[in-house]
Amino acid sequence: MKRPELICPAGTPAALRSTVEAGADAVYLGFRDETNARNFPGLNFSRKELEQGIAFAHDNGAKVLVAINTFPRSGSPGIWHNAVDDAARLGADAVILADIGLLDYAQRRHPNLRLHLSVQAAASNPIAISYYAEQFGIKRVVLPRVLTVPEIAELNSSISSVETEVFVFGGLCVMTEGRCMLSSYVTGRSPNMNGVCSPASHVRYVETARGVASNLGEYTINEFGRNEPAGYPTLCKGRFVTQGNASYLFEEPTSLNTLSILPDLIKAGVSAFKIEGRQRGRAYVAAVVDAFRQGIDAVMAGKPVPDINLVHITEGGRQTTGAYEKKWR
Amino acid sequence: MAINVTSSKLTLGPILFHWHPNAWRDFYFRIADESDIDTVHVGEVVCSKRTPFYDKLIPDVIDRLAASGKEVVLSSQALIMSASEQKVARDLTTMEQFFVEANDMTLFPLLAGRQFAVGPFVNVYNEGTLAVLESMGAVRICLPAELPKERLCELASRAKADLEVQVFGRLPLAISARCYAARAHNLSKDGCLYVCGRNSDGLVVRTLNEKSLLAVNGTQTLSYRMVNLLAELPYLQKIGIKRFRISPHTVDMVSVAQVFREAMSGAIAPDTANARLQAICPDTDFSNGYFHGEPGYAFVEAD
Repeated sequence: MKRPELICPAGTPAALRSTVEAGADAVYLGFRDETNARNFPGLNFSRKELEQGIAFAHDNGAKVLVAINTFPRSGSPGIWHNAVDDAARLGADAVILADIGLLDYAQRRHPNLRLHLSVQAAASNPIAISYYAEQFGIKRVVLPRVLTVPEIAELNSSISSVETEVFVFGGLCVMTEGRCMLSSYVTGRSPNMNGVCSPASHVRYVETARGVASNLGEYTINEFGRNEPAGYPTLCKGRFVTQGNASYLFEEPTSLNTLSILPDLIKAGVSAFKIEGRQRGRAYVAAVVDAFRQGIDAVMAGKPVPDINLVHITEGGRQTTGAYEKKWR
Repeated sequence: MAINVTSSKLTLGPILFHWHPNAWRDFYFRIADESDIDTVHVGEVVCSKRTPFYDKLIPDVIDRLAASGKEVVLSSQALIMSASEQKVARDLTTMEQFFVEANDMTLFPLLAGRQFAVGPFVNVYNEGTLAVLESMGAVRICLPAELPKERLCELASRAKADLEVQVFGRLPLAISARCYAARAHNLSKDGCLYVCGRNSDGLVVRTLNEKSLLAVNGTQTLSYRMVNLLAELPYLQKIGIKRFRISPHTVDMVSVAQVFREAMSGAIAPDTANARLQAICPDTDFSNGYFHGEPGYAFVEAD
């Protein structure tokens, strides 16, 4: 069995340090602009902070992966090109890219820079993944959250030249990432173009006769009773009405948690496990990193996965193994 | 500068919904016999479980369309996962006499060395991507729905391939491994009973305060509102968009095509065209927000 790397989010320089200390093999992060898919106020890194972060990570045996995974704007690709140039210049261990044009740029300008294919590229089968490997020399693909564990195992057996990385914990996109415009349909701002989904700038909590409605732009995404906590109106986790019935049509507020199926994912030949959540606090990230560090180490030592309860930090107190199990579909 | 409007082409996109096989065939036969459309797309884009219902009818439909002088394009699936879906993609590209629209990157290596079209499910946001796809053989590219006019203009000024924009119909907003039509009926995808077939234009999704928002089409999520870029056609033609796509619905698509044809040629003014379209699609809410840099659902009145 191959020992998978544990890839952890770093929203800030402080989070980078605590994440590395908690046992991350690598951290991933983004620049403080729209070149990355977590373009939130108060998050991400300046060039100087990246330089210091890389020095700290490397001194502690951890790698730094820079996510530049939105789709450059036509007519002004400069900030995306600069992001790739600066990540290379400052010694990032890899960049995580989604756009074909940016992959082409990175490969031509920086032939020695290691390229990872972002989940936003939605490469969901060996033919597509091999195309990216042959065309752009990608070394690793972050798999879209659409595949079951047996499908991932089969995929790994047929693309031996490309490593696979999968999400193991955190927020869960239920639509194929990089191919979802729900957010821009309602707010005008999207993951692909702006690095945001259901942005806080468009969220309003409004009193209603029944309690509180959480609105996104002009639309109500959910309603809560007076004594219920009002959840964040992420579009695909809202309650909607079809044929007269209200339900969480797309997905309940929930978090991905794969701790229980960790042995299966390791057996499937996955090279790296990714924890979502660059926007999360340090305590949250440290707890998740610690749990998965223990989990991976236990499986590799031939022991059962320790029973670590993470439900208190999941969204809405619910957890799921998502698309990894076929019944989710 | 004179605009050569006569070179604009009208495209009928693929049927995105699970229509009864006879309705599916009759729709295309009528398009072949009665419509003034340049290019017609045929093929299953959304769910591979649907194809067995109508695949035997495809050759007749292609023959009828070709006999009426229409160009036929075979559209690929948008999300390709299983071995059988990969095989369908391969099979689509082995028939070299057909022009193929790639709706997923999977098709690119399979179409190497040939000319092909790129569908709106492939992310083409900038000139870098445009150049790579053109170098691979893309000669026609239907752009993502969320691009505003400034970006369309920028891309059109750099493209060698013919660029296409969807101007009518519900907008494809998302695709998933999960089937939301099945989920709305408390079923799983494996045991879906093909409930997506019950809603020929998609299952309407309303908010808790009863505003219509989206339409579910199996694993696909569409806008509730239909995009309508009749008023924007002159601008799109001026910046060099070559093709205009109307997406099939249960409304009278022959008449819809006629309105767009006459608006494209300048034979009727946008106001007249809009009034005729609204008459063909009564009780339909239109949108043009993405074009104007607004949320996609918005409708911005012409100046």
